[in-house]
Amino acid sequence: MKPMRATIRSVLTAIALCLALATPLHTSAAQETVPDGPTTAPTSAAETHDLAGLVSRLPKASYNEKSELAGAIAETGNPRVELILSSFSAGRLQATKEGRVVIALKDDGPYEDALTGDKLGMMEGIRLKKVRVNNRLRGELHGLVARLALSSPDASIRRHAARETFDAADPDSLPSIEKALSRETESDIAETLRQARAAIILKNGVVDEEGQLAAIETLRDRGDLEALNALLGLDKSDNLVLRESAASAVRSIKRTLEYWDVAQNVYYGLSLGSVLLLAAIGLAITFGVMGVINMAHGEMIMLGAYTTYVVQQVLLAVAPSLMSVSLIISIPAAFIVAGGAGILIERTIIRFLYGRPLETLLATWGLSLILQQAVRTIFGPTNKPVVAPDWMSGAFQLGQLTITSSRIWIIVFSMIVLAVLMAFLKYTHFGTQTRAVTQNRKMAASMGVRTNLVDALTFGLGSGVAGIAGVALSQIDNVSPNLGQSYIIDSFMVVVFGGVGNLWGTLVGAMTLGVANKLLEPFAGAVVGKIVVLIFIILFIQRRPRGLFALKGRFVDA
Amino acid sequence: MIFHRLKHISWDLALGVYVTLLVLAIAVPFFNLVVPEGSAFHLSTYMVTLLGKYMCYALLALALDLVWGYCGILSLGHGAFFALGGYAMGMYLMRMIGPRGVYGDPVLPDFMVFLNWKELPWYWLGFDIFPFAMLMVVLVPGILAFAFGYLAFRSRVTGVYFSIITQALTFALLLAFFRNDMGFGGNNGLTDFKDILGFDIQSDATRSGLFIVTIAALAAGFAICRAIVGSKLGKVLLAVRDAESRTRFLGYRTDRYKLFVWVVSACLAGVAGALYVPQVGIINPSEFAPANSIEAVVWVAVGGRGTLAGAILGGVLVNIFKTWFTGALPEFWLFALGALFVLVTLLLPRGIIGTALHYREKHLEKKASEDNAFDEIAPEQPHDEAQEELERAGA
Repeated sequence: MKPMRATIRSVLTAIALCLALATPLHTSAAQETVPDGPTTAPTSAAETHDLAGLVSRLPKASYNEKSELAGAIAETGNPRVELILSSFSAGRLQATKEGRVVIALKDDGPYEDALTGDKLGMMEGIRLKKVRVNNRLRGELHGLVARLALSSPDASIRRHAARETFDAADPDSLPSIEKALSRETESDIAETLRQARAAIILKNGVVDEEGQLAAIETLRDRGDLEALNALLGLDKSDNLVLRESAASAVRSIKRTLEYWDVAQNVYYGLSLGSVLLLAAIGLAITFGVMGVINMAHGEMIMLGAYTTYVVQQVLLAVAPSLMSVSLIISIPAAFIVAGGAGILIERTIIRFLYGRPLETLLATWGLSLILQQAVRTIFGPTNKPVVAPDWMSGAFQLGQLTITSSRIWIIVFSMIVLAVLMAFLKYTHFGTQTRAVTQNRKMAASMGVRTNLVDALTFGLGSGVAGIAGVALSQIDNVSPNLGQSYIIDSFMVVVFGGVGNLWGTLVGAMTLGVANKLLEPFAGAVVGKIVVLIFIILFIQRRPRGLFALKGRFVDA
Repeated sequence: MIFHRLKHISWDLALGVYVTLLVLAIAVPFFNLVVPEGSAFHLSTYMVTLLGKYMCYALLALALDLVWGYCGILSLGHGAFFALGGYAMGMYLMRMIGPRGVYGDPVLPDFMVFLNWKELPWYWLGFDIFPFAMLMVVLVPGILAFAFGYLAFRSRVTGVYFSIITQALTFALLLAFFRNDMGFGGNNGLTDFKDILGFDIQSDATRSGLFIVTIAALAAGFAICRAIVGSKLGKVLLAVRDAESRTRFLGYRTDRYKLFVWVVSACLAGVAGALYVPQVGIINPSEFAPANSIEAVVWVAVGGRGTLAGAILGGVLVNIFKTWFTGALPEFWLFALGALFVLVTLLLPRGIIGTALHYREKHLEKKASEDNAFDEIAPEQPHDEAQEELERAGA
């Protein structure tokens, strides 16, 4: 067995040696042909050597020579090329007296060898000289680096680089775009590259009319603001065909952009609508069941927002690790605080005023003043900071839409609240009783429903939901004593518009008003838009005095 | 019998109001102008202006009481009519500044010069003529109230729905008047007035004159309201308040009756605003704030809705209280105002005058039917009595 093993080992060693000798030849041959896929960055002695020669000539070269050298360095395809070139353009490529070229990782070190990447520490006591660079050269270097990134094995780097080449529209990058296009596998990157090529073609007129027409078409299909800008440059073209084609492309892009604009406003409107929905939904319940206008409803929202603030402060002091779920903890807390306050109000004030809705309105208004002032006295008049958890911040791009996470969460959250409430009213015993009282109080009482209890609990429920709305609003609005007031009139409008006793009405009302507000804003401005909506509601009430989704039947009090 | 007695009571009250107003109209200018400044009895011009302001508020409260107390229409937007009347007066006063403004433009008010406007907007034309401006003081709120009320009453928008859209109305106007390009001075409003009908607006004599005019307007407003509620029309209004559907079934066009008092009330509020502006020296969009309108409602509630005299009393009393309180404990004013709303609606639903009238009426009834088995309610238990009635209404 032993000799056998020895033989295998020696054979393997021989093979390894042969390979080692053959590799330089192999790679230098490979370099002449264009690789099929993105470069997988083989490092070899010959390449480094080649690179070493080029880099070592840099410090003493003139600017013109430097430019050529930089091009040649980029051609080597060595993985260190990108770092060398970008350091070069940032003025961090430096040389010792002996001609060793190093890179400063920060302005004053530490340093590393430009070729090998060996760490050299702070290099104290050694005189270094910058490899000088001027603006023209810097521009070229940027282009070179971007082009190098186009052949990076990492798709996200290539995607980024493709976008950059589009923005730069540098004619020198055309060959590398073509090269990258020929081997690009990701379709979206290839698309961006084609668009970049089109933008360059149009900007510099480097190909014939047919090619330019094709380029116009490519950009038209891209259909965003940058494409529009690239096309606008053709306005003054001498070629009539080109000019007309560009003009039609511009019109088409403008139309697309308008659609996106409308879509963006609709999204803003839905987001505003869901805020309104959250604010109004509790009001719809209490108003629907009891016919009571609770002017302190906005203050219930404010209480919810302040509960969120207090919960965060407590968590910060007691258990900072729970901060990321503070909002989730705040939801039941706000429901209990605001709901409790609601039941207290119902038991101490509102129950004495049933049958006198106008007086209820006044008493609850007085209550809202007291609550506002109480919060102002306790917490001070300034806005309180409420921290957004990580999973709620940030934004992403959907087509040409900018979607902020917090708004999406509020839309989702309002839908959840609506669904839960609807299910609650529909499937639970208490929900059935509530609906019975809404439709016909006397009949429900005759059937044994304890209307007093239902009133108190419904008021608590409505107020609790307002508290939950406060948790959501603390994310997009200032937590101040006036928080509730800014929503109260809008909430009333939603309830009046949507009709009483039907949560679908509240949903439709909130979304309609939200979207209408945001769609009017670009034409009329925020204030006039709001006035138009208010006037619209006043007129709408003329047609449907009981709102969109009015209760119908004999039980409705005339 | 009861009607007869009620008339008797309210005539007592009305006489009291007229006499009080007459005494004020004579005494206040006398102690301000005739009594020398060093004297202990001298009334400062500041006080005259303050009292004049209260009288304007009283007129606004009176206007509110006419619609709320007698017709059951709770307006949360009467501040809008008040402010519109005020703006009409303010526009006249602005035109009277003439070339004495900071920029010295003979026609354009300062804020228009500042906005680089070249000529007066059409809706400012004619406001340099006093009678025209006074006409507008009444017409602008009146026309707005007519359009708004016509639409609302025709489609039978009632109760809290109506209240909420009146609030929306004043809120919309608040937003609109904040805009600079509306041509009403944006959020600064109209101010820096110089003179009215040629009299220096700052002088003591003018202030006293304005006070007398305000008292006269209040008395006239009171007389008008009394005439309305005392007439047959007034009885229909009460019927509308208490059972609108039944009144309609009896063949009355309730919407027209409501529209009539609504417009009259708006005009009165406009006059109140117009008298308010020269005395305080400024009108700006904050007068449209919904909170102001609701505050005016509590004046009426405190004094006693449906009594007219109570509205005047409430308007004056609450504002005296406010002046004192905001001076003494400014940070607690909202507590006090809020508590006033809650306590008055819970414990004193009839208001001061209403409660007084109520007991006097009970007293008379008791005397009239000594051996009749009336529900006797001891005067020392007003809370239970109020609650009982509420429960009856709630059930």
